[in-house]
Amino acid sequence: MTIREIQKILDAKVCCGEELLDREVHTACGSDLMSDVLAFVKDQAVLLTGLCNPQAIRTAEMMDIVCLVFVRSKVPTETMVELARENDLVILSTELAMFPSCGLLYENGLRGGSRI
Amino acid sequence: MSDAIVLKYDVPGDDFTRAGEASSDIKQKLKQMGIPPEAIRKVAISMYEGEINMVIHAHGGQITVEITPEDVDMLLVDHGPGIADISQAMQAGFSTAPEDVRGLGFGAGMGLPNMKKYSDDFSIESEVGVGTTVHMKVRF
Repeated sequence: MTIREIQKILDAKVCCGEELLDREVHTACGSDLMSDVLAFVKDQAVLLTGLCNPQAIRTAEMMDIVCLVFVRSKVPTETMVELARENDLVILSTELAMFPSCGLLYENGLRGGSRI
Repeated sequence: MSDAIVLKYDVPGDDFTRAGEASSDIKQKLKQMGIPPEAIRKVAISMYEGEINMVIHAHGGQITVEITPEDVDMLLVDHGPGIADISQAMQAGFSTAPEDVRGLGFGAGMGLPNMKKYSDDFSIESEVGVGTTVHMKVRF
């Protein structure tokens, strides 16, 4: 699935990385707990989170995550957007909550990483 | 070793928004050096968790990174409160982080287990009232 498809499915706003929307995403992860995200390496993943702080961007950077989706209409600060741009990270913001966001992506064929 | 690169970082304490700057810098440098991506990710994650720990628990600290043609060696030293029971601290899910840190996405008791998981060599020494030293190595 491409980031552009994710954006359409979640009816999300693009906060940065407009030029990177055609990138492929292979797996997804939904969590507000960054240490849990860091515990399991995903391949070209999208991270859905309600945690809107610079450490969400840093975590995505360390994990080579390609796209970050902020759920429940959260919007990143300028500093966060700048940090994301430096790391070629796409940020999307959707009005949907975590559960329906994950559900919609799953329904459209996106899967999580391997089992623990 | 003559062809080793040594980098030193001061991790500022109590500024959670800046935690990760050292790990980010190392990640960029390893990328420029053409180190395999999987090794870069292992270094980035283990060092990032270490940085977060320093900020949450120890009011910052120092990280020394030595890059050789074979591996990356990371030495994390802080002068924080120390850890009374290391085996307890190494258990996944055990945390002494305050509630406000949990609200920031950390303090779930996964930091030390993640550091051990992603490094090829891992050792930790700690003395209550003196500080904690973590030594990690990732081979290419």
